[in-house]
Amino acid sequence: MGRYLAGRLIQTALVMLAMSLAVYLLIGLMPGDPIDLMVSGDPRITAADSERLRALHGLDRPLWERYLSWLGPALGGDLGYSRLHAQPVLSVLMPYLGNTALLMGLSFVLAVVLALPLGIWAARREGEPVDHAINLFCFAGISVPPFWLALLLMMLFAVALGWLPAGGVETVGGGGFWDRAVHLVLPVATLTLASVAGYARFMRASTIEVLRRDFVRTARAKGASESRVVLHHVLRNALLPVITLVALNFGALFSGALITETMFSYPGMGKMIYDAIMANDYNLALAGLLLATLLTLLANLAADLGYAALDPRVSLERAAA
Amino acid sequence: MMHALTAPLLRHSAHTRGWHRFLEHRPAAISAVVLAVLVLLAACQPLIVAAMGHDPDAVDLLARFEPPSWGHLLGTDELGRDVFLRLLAGGRVSLFVGVIAALIGTFVGTLVGICAGYYGGRIDSILMRTTDAVIALPLLPVLIVVAAIDPAKLGIPEAWRGGDGADLTRIVVIIALFGWTTVARLVRGAALALREQEFVRAATALGATPLRIMRVHLLPNMASPIIVATTLSVGHVILFESVLSFLGLGIQPPRASWGNMLTGAQELIWSAPMLVVYPGMLIFVTVMAFNFLGDGLQHALDPRATRRGERRTA
Repeated sequence: MGRYLAGRLIQTALVMLAMSLAVYLLIGLMPGDPIDLMVSGDPRITAADSERLRALHGLDRPLWERYLSWLGPALGGDLGYSRLHAQPVLSVLMPYLGNTALLMGLSFVLAVVLALPLGIWAARREGEPVDHAINLFCFAGISVPPFWLALLLMMLFAVALGWLPAGGVETVGGGGFWDRAVHLVLPVATLTLASVAGYARFMRASTIEVLRRDFVRTARAKGASESRVVLHHVLRNALLPVITLVALNFGALFSGALITETMFSYPGMGKMIYDAIMANDYNLALAGLLLATLLTLLANLAADLGYAALDPRVSLERAAA
Repeated sequence: MMHALTAPLLRHSAHTRGWHRFLEHRPAAISAVVLAVLVLLAACQPLIVAAMGHDPDAVDLLARFEPPSWGHLLGTDELGRDVFLRLLAGGRVSLFVGVIAALIGTFVGTLVGICAGYYGGRIDSILMRTTDAVIALPLLPVLIVVAAIDPAKLGIPEAWRGGDGADLTRIVVIIALFGWTTVARLVRGAALALREQEFVRAATALGATPLRIMRVHLLPNMASPIIVATTLSVGHVILFESVLSFLGLGIQPPRASWGNMLTGAQELIWSAPMLVVYPGMLIFVTVMAFNFLGDGLQHALDPRATRRGERRTA
């Protein structure tokens, strides 16, 4: 176990290193640089001044040299300074990360709690009207553009009914716990609806596979109640592949969070990354993207560990060899 | 002799059975009709524009937010442009981008997957680790960065960057760049399984080159899953195109796309909700139709999956 984990962590670190280079180069290819922005903000800066400034900040050096001089401090935890927020990147990131964790965590739990019974229900009634209805719902869920779903929910609940706020995290001037909770309803609903369909499809397919197995027939034959068959024999086996698929879907969940946060002006990581890219805040965009990638890789790792914990047949040591 | 006589008959009946299985899948049959109508409308868009007599991109600030009329079938938008004609123009763009980017993605994915599956060993592990890494990316933020890069800094000559279709080419390339992974994994799996089969070994023993084996023996035998995956991927591409265009990074105005027609939508939900409903509904219906179509094709082309299903319900 320890050896396997160490190997996987080293692998993750290598992928992160490759990603940081790739993203650094990509961001270097975005139009303009910080000096261009300074020049456009201050007409007194002459061409000679901007040359001097470029040399001073190292922007005249080739991209790979700049990457190396970014990497050193970054490994020590110094990710630079955010131009947009006028604060060190690390202290900007943390509150956004917290907000996103809240949004994604709530939506994820809700989506899983809804998807498991839906998937099992559809699988047990395969080919019947209930299955068709759930199937239709799932196809709708994976086909709906999330930003449009957000707009529809806003139109219904914020404009037409006036029950819920259309965006933000709290009423201007601050509010209590209840006020924050009310602001979370629409973003969480959007993200949940956008992910529940995919999970339910995984669960349905996986449950159908397990229901065909001999041990299910044996369990029924020996007189086990239907609820015991489903909860004890089917659920645990059906859950295994679903865990992997759901964890591999973490990147998609993050993409959904970016859209949801942008639509509802919710100050989370996704919106922060989008705003940073739009405002040419390179340091912040880079750190945000790398953090998102790291979280996705760790989710995949957690899935493999969870798989091993649930399935005694899987030996991680053997997998590592 | 016997074989030669029955072979065409058998092939015919296999096709008919596939066709029946497809029609049996009612949502897929309906989706095929819906898509045919959408494609027809998109193809006839220039004719319809000529018949209606106004340019979908023409701004008329004196005729903003007009209600539907015979002159403007679905009214006008916040700049006085004809909504119906813009929806048609947007559909042309979305379908074009969806199909072309999906095809390029399939081509790249097939190439990667077949090399990985056929050669195995180190080539396989390098290609598949790369695929895994791309799959692990938080796709949308990365697409936003890629969409924001300046082609001039990549050294792409001015002649390729400017011009009328620059935003179209750009979005196709960006989406195809990341859209090949599903097909790559699928094709690799199929190639791994086929590689060990007798007829492929026989071909190898007869001295067929790897290229010939891939082209003649492997590819035709994995056509079905590739067709299904491509159909599903058209839907995904249309979704991503609409999101990027909505965020202002995809198709650029004045060219209409279903995504960029919603760019100012947060203000419109108060004043003109129908302008929000139309483009989104079209994206939704089109993507859903492609998803159902893919599902139906799988049903029709993969008899094994169906037979198992039939045994279950019987």
